[in-house]
Amino acid sequence: MPPKKNLSSTQTAPAAAASTTSATPTPHNASPSDPLSILGGILNTYSQSTPQRTKLIDAFLGFLVVTGVLQFAYCVVAGNYPFNAFLAGFCATVGQFVLTASLRMQSDPANKSEFASVSPERAFADFVFCSVILHLFCTNFIN
Amino acid sequence: MSSMEALLKDESTRNIRRLLKVVILITIAGAAVSSRLFSVIRFESIIHEFDPWFNFRASKYLIKNGFYNFWDWFDDRTWHPLGRVTGGTLYPGLMVTSGAIYHILRMLSMPVDIRNICVLLAPAFSGLTALATYLFTKEMKDESAGLLAAAFIGIAPGYISRSVAGSYDNEAIAIFLLMFTFYLWIKALKDGSAFWGALCALFYFYMVAAWGGYVFITNMIPLHAFVLVLMGRYSPRLYVAYTSWFALGTLGSMQIPFVGFLPIRSSEHMAALGVFGLLQLVGFVEFVRYQVPSRQFKTLLKALIFIVFALSSAVLVLLTVSGVIAPWSGRFYSLWDTGYAKIHIPIIASVSEHQPTAWPAFFFDLEMLIWLFPAGIYMCFSTLQDQHVFVIIYGIMASYFAGVMVRLMLTLTPVVCVSAAIALSNILDIYLSVKTPAAPAVGAPSVDERKEKKPRVNILSAGKDSIVGIYSKASRIAVVAAFSIYLFVFVLHCTWVTSNAYSSPSVVLASRLPDGSQHIIDDYREAYYWLRKNTPDDAKIMSWWDYGYQIGGMADRTTLVDNNTWNNTHIATVGKAMSSREEVAYPILRQHDVDYVLVIFGGLLGYSGDDINKFLWMIRIAEGVWPDEVKERDFFTPRGEYRVDDGATDTMKNSIMYKMSYYNYQSLFPAGQAQDRVRNAKLPAVGPTLSILDEAFTSENWIVRIYKVKDLDNLGRDHASAAAFDAGKKKSKRTKAGRGAQRKLRVV
Repeated sequence: MPPKKNLSSTQTAPAAAASTTSATPTPHNASPSDPLSILGGILNTYSQSTPQRTKLIDAFLGFLVVTGVLQFAYCVVAGNYPFNAFLAGFCATVGQFVLTASLRMQSDPANKSEFASVSPERAFADFVFCSVILHLFCTNFIN
Repeated sequence: MSSMEALLKDESTRNIRRLLKVVILITIAGAAVSSRLFSVIRFESIIHEFDPWFNFRASKYLIKNGFYNFWDWFDDRTWHPLGRVTGGTLYPGLMVTSGAIYHILRMLSMPVDIRNICVLLAPAFSGLTALATYLFTKEMKDESAGLLAAAFIGIAPGYISRSVAGSYDNEAIAIFLLMFTFYLWIKALKDGSAFWGALCALFYFYMVAAWGGYVFITNMIPLHAFVLVLMGRYSPRLYVAYTSWFALGTLGSMQIPFVGFLPIRSSEHMAALGVFGLLQLVGFVEFVRYQVPSRQFKTLLKALIFIVFALSSAVLVLLTVSGVIAPWSGRFYSLWDTGYAKIHIPIIASVSEHQPTAWPAFFFDLEMLIWLFPAGIYMCFSTLQDQHVFVIIYGIMASYFAGVMVRLMLTLTPVVCVSAAIALSNILDIYLSVKTPAAPAVGAPSVDERKEKKPRVNILSAGKDSIVGIYSKASRIAVVAAFSIYLFVFVLHCTWVTSNAYSSPSVVLASRLPDGSQHIIDDYREAYYWLRKNTPDDAKIMSWWDYGYQIGGMADRTTLVDNNTWNNTHIATVGKAMSSREEVAYPILRQHDVDYVLVIFGGLLGYSGDDINKFLWMIRIAEGVWPDEVKERDFFTPRGEYRVDDGATDTMKNSIMYKMSYYNYQSLFPAGQAQDRVRNAKLPAVGPTLSILDEAFTSENWIVRIYKVKDLDNLGRDHASAAAFDAGKKKSKRTKAGRGAQRKLRVV
């Protein structure tokens, strides 16, 4: 995805330069054997280049992950007796997660070329539509 | 040329084209519906075959009792001592569809009998299938190919065979849903739209509600996504389309009680789950990859993907082995290991539809499409976009399955139509270029007009690296004329096959008299109607499972086993009763409260689908459960022959199936000349005697024979001695009167 690279290159010029000329050693991602610096680089790029709205979506995604993990942990600890209830709750979390992730991808300006026919507003409407269906199914399934 | 260009761009021309398109589609729908009506016009508007009778009965129940009662329906008139939780063991889509149509028509003050809705549901949906195929093919190539594909699927015998009027089976609506789900999937993948993905999931849900073949979709879509990932064609569009389909579709499919937790627990659904996980991973890695543009990091992540993928596969295998996830069910497993069913589950192998397909069947069902099919697949390869990968995979998988099992020809037919339409429309695109004279082909006007704008003409020739252009008119006319002739012959073939092979209701048997007039043999309904009118309402009928649904539907009596073969042991019990001696069979009959026993006998008429020919399967199924008491070997002569005449083994002659079939049969013939027209055997001069059963009814052509189970003897004797005592008394009387021996046999 070239647009994405362009976007990040506005903030982190050395990295972009590194990607174009692979022969020369890169300045700050030079050693892949050092995972901490890579992680730091990722965090740095993320916090700098991500728009506010996307960060909001990401916060929601993080919340969903926490909810899902909690539900799963409870299921492991306390047993899965009303299995449909567990499934409904867990599937709601997972489903909402992937739908939100889809929204994030669709509304990301870097992906504009991929989603030629889906404007951000349309993406949000799709998101609402899918979520409503998801929650209908879940409430029906939880009995 | 430029004036042509202008003409094509013109608004009015576009309108005309739109009009033509609509007219063509309506015509195709008309052809699809009308070519399925042979059986209704020739015979009458009734339900055919076996399974549809249950669907019909369930639909009637739904109409009468409402949806909630239908959902919780416990049917105590089948599987007699056990009953059947019908609401939880059927796919309700078909019944709910026809019920909805019934109520809508009533709302429009057109009260139509539910039977007519059920009979005509399949033709109506075949029109919709043509539309769905049009849309699907339009996504693959262009509208002209779409129209061709719609025309093909409208009349292709491979699909008609399962959707003639009166064939009220799940497949009637399932093929429409299959094509429409695939269309929505392609649409979602192309646009990367969650909306289309959600629609795809909704139609997938409908498909799950309608047919057990939804597993095909559950595995096709993940396979497509997986292949796309392997080809390096992962894109956010794929992620959006797949995850929105999977999240909603899986949750939706679990709402159907018959499916329940299967999408979590069974192996058939694990591919979808696995690809879902894989896509999360790939999506995440792609995301990280664009944050850190380092090549080494990329390879590191790729390795990570493979490790996690291998790890999750291993976990899957472990879960399957340890039993948390159910292994493949026998029906699906037998698709892979084709010898499995015959050895382990005779009940699956005993169904004639589950046999491998012979070559002629492909040509018979698909005529010219079958040789255009590989060409279309090839053309998909030459313009390899995401959606073409789907057609290729679908084509390969469906061909394999259709080769393994006759009935899966049904899932092959749509892709054959699509692919043949792509091939043919490519040919027409090239050979019907601008200066063509009158276009004679089906759907030709639109083809003629469309190709101008499309760059497709070049695509084919890209491999040949020569300039496209057919300079001679003669060659153009020759090719187009040849294909028009093929198309006409295709129509003739389809009509002929439909009319002759696929339009006979199995409930009434038609035969021709020497003067050419038609003679209807209606023994089934005669016998079932006798049961309905002359037996108590709670009478239990024992028959082989093939007739269970028909007895329930037409005779409205309780049966022991039926076509929903969910309890193998119960079927084996019936098989054991049928294949045992009277003394052994009688306790079984008494224990199961059997009042009547029904057998089908085709010996007089030469009707080969009778119970003596199915007898070996009864024995095999019974032997699977009671290997010590029923032995298949005992029914063969020492030379390994299966005989019913003088040479038959004692076990064969003493089985109640043999006795019921041939009881009194020799009285129809001059002494010693009783002839079985199916087995071409001369029967023994002295017919079998029955002591535990009374002949209650025999239909006109002796096809259906019904026996009443005798009560216990008043004096506590066993039936054989009681019968011998009676016979002795009568014999002495008769000797006094000086009657011959032939009379005696009739009276007993």
